[in-house]
Amino acid sequence: MTTTKPAARQKAKGQVTFDVFRTREDFPILKQEVRGKPLVYLDNAATSQKPQSVIDALVQYYTAQNSNVHRGVHYLSEIATEEYEGARSKVKRFLNAAQDREIIFVRGTTEGINLVAHSYGRKNIGAGDEIIISAMEHHSNIVPWQMLCEEKGARLRTIPINDDGELILEEYERLLSPKTKLVSIVHISNSLGTINPVKKIIDMAHSYGVPVLVDGAQAVPHTAVDVQELDCDFYAFSGHKLFGPTGIGILYGKAELLEAMPPFQGGGDMIKAVTFEKTIYNDLPYKFEAGTPNIAGAIGLGVAIDYILGIGLDHIADYEHGLLEYGTEQLSAIDGLRLIGTAKEKASILSFYMDLIHPHDLGTILDAEGIAIRTGHHCTQPVMERFCIPATARASLAFYNTKEEIDYLVKGINKAIEVFK
Amino acid sequence: MSDLKELYQEVIMDHNRRPRNFRALDGASCSLEGFNPLCGDRITLDLKVEDDTITDVGFQGSGCAISKASASLMTESIKGKKVAEAEEIFESFHDMLTKDDKSNVDEDKLGDLAVFSGVAQFPTRIKCAILAWHTLHGALKGQKEAISTE
Repeated sequence: MTTTKPAARQKAKGQVTFDVFRTREDFPILKQEVRGKPLVYLDNAATSQKPQSVIDALVQYYTAQNSNVHRGVHYLSEIATEEYEGARSKVKRFLNAAQDREIIFVRGTTEGINLVAHSYGRKNIGAGDEIIISAMEHHSNIVPWQMLCEEKGARLRTIPINDDGELILEEYERLLSPKTKLVSIVHISNSLGTINPVKKIIDMAHSYGVPVLVDGAQAVPHTAVDVQELDCDFYAFSGHKLFGPTGIGILYGKAELLEAMPPFQGGGDMIKAVTFEKTIYNDLPYKFEAGTPNIAGAIGLGVAIDYILGIGLDHIADYEHGLLEYGTEQLSAIDGLRLIGTAKEKASILSFYMDLIHPHDLGTILDAEGIAIRTGHHCTQPVMERFCIPATARASLAFYNTKEEIDYLVKGINKAIEVFK
Repeated sequence: MSDLKELYQEVIMDHNRRPRNFRALDGASCSLEGFNPLCGDRITLDLKVEDDTITDVGFQGSGCAISKASASLMTESIKGKKVAEAEEIFESFHDMLTKDDKSNVDEDKLGDLAVFSGVAQFPTRIKCAILAWHTLHGALKGQKEAISTE
């Protein structure tokens, strides 16, 4: 993007922080031009780009290691199993889970939430019970619970949000009751950028003996997560938003909860013994991993985690905070632009609405400039309703984005304003 | 950028700023809602059909420039037309945006609607331009359930 390479920034301690321009070199896709312009990729909340090491791991797996896991006696199967289980251990360390068997490989956050709704939910939630979510949930953390409530005659309650896009915790306190059987809450909002006080939310639920699922899809790329410190009961995230492959994700669950839950899907690998009279289910985590898993995806996710930890989540959070501050300042200065989501605790997501230009038109005009943003409701229609807007334009930033790219975005928006004058 | 100019032509921008027939119709003989869930475009179309002729038409709603201008130009184009004629214009409009083979596109019939030909270069925007027409088609058929482009 930019040819000049600034000297690595020095921290007060003299410790070298990461160099964004060197980091960008790790992502081959960022070097390309689209529509004749250098790609400015600002749609990281939808999916993130992949470093070369992740791409190489996928190629290496299919080139030299491809085999099925957990069943072959042969060499390749042993290697594939080792790599696959090695990835599980990396995820366990990444989340600071207590045990490997608490890490379930799923397709993504959506499947993780559906697993809990089907397995834990159907067993433990009945007529008259209540499930609490929030007004800023992604559809994937609304619809599975609605389906469950409909089936069981349970009731879905929502924690409202204020004008800045922050949860109103006093309302949450009022919603909690002996009827509450589960709380399912987003860690970082994909459409508002709000970082929710999940630790507090979990503590409050636990004081009623209520377990909590945290949707961490947008959180893991931006902040360190320690599931033991949070004391969350379930935590779900997607690999592809964490610079890993698509089609792989994680559901973390406390072992004692997972042990007591019935399987989600039936099939191979999730059984110990099958007769037509009775099947004995396998132990954790395999009980929840029916069928041949996404082996390459899991290995790729493990490598993505290595990559992230190599940079350091502290460096990432620091750098992105600087980008967010800069972006907020630059966008706020544009006439007729209203930021949606102005929480005090925020991740690097800039959602906005312009009086003059519909987000969809803005998206098309920016695309002609090589700038990729997301426009629409971001699978959070209730959030759009709350702010009385049909859609927003959203620039979501990753650690490989630069201030120069934000300048390009601002230039593009000004161009759109010219078109719509 | 030239494609972009093709998309946001002056006529389209004008109808976006000052949509024509942008009102609810008193005594409409049929009404229908249409929406594009992907980008949140919404339209409510009211029609007065007498003796098989569309004697009046109004629309309300919110959406991007393309969807609003398309609805506005559509109302101008179909007012006073026979139902069958309006359907023919819809077919021509549809072909202009979606078919590689433009041999069935009747430019005389399209008139001002030809300004939308540039939308064909923007696959993600075709639904925006065509929403009002699908809503019209549904309303003329007597459909009661809202139209969705998804």
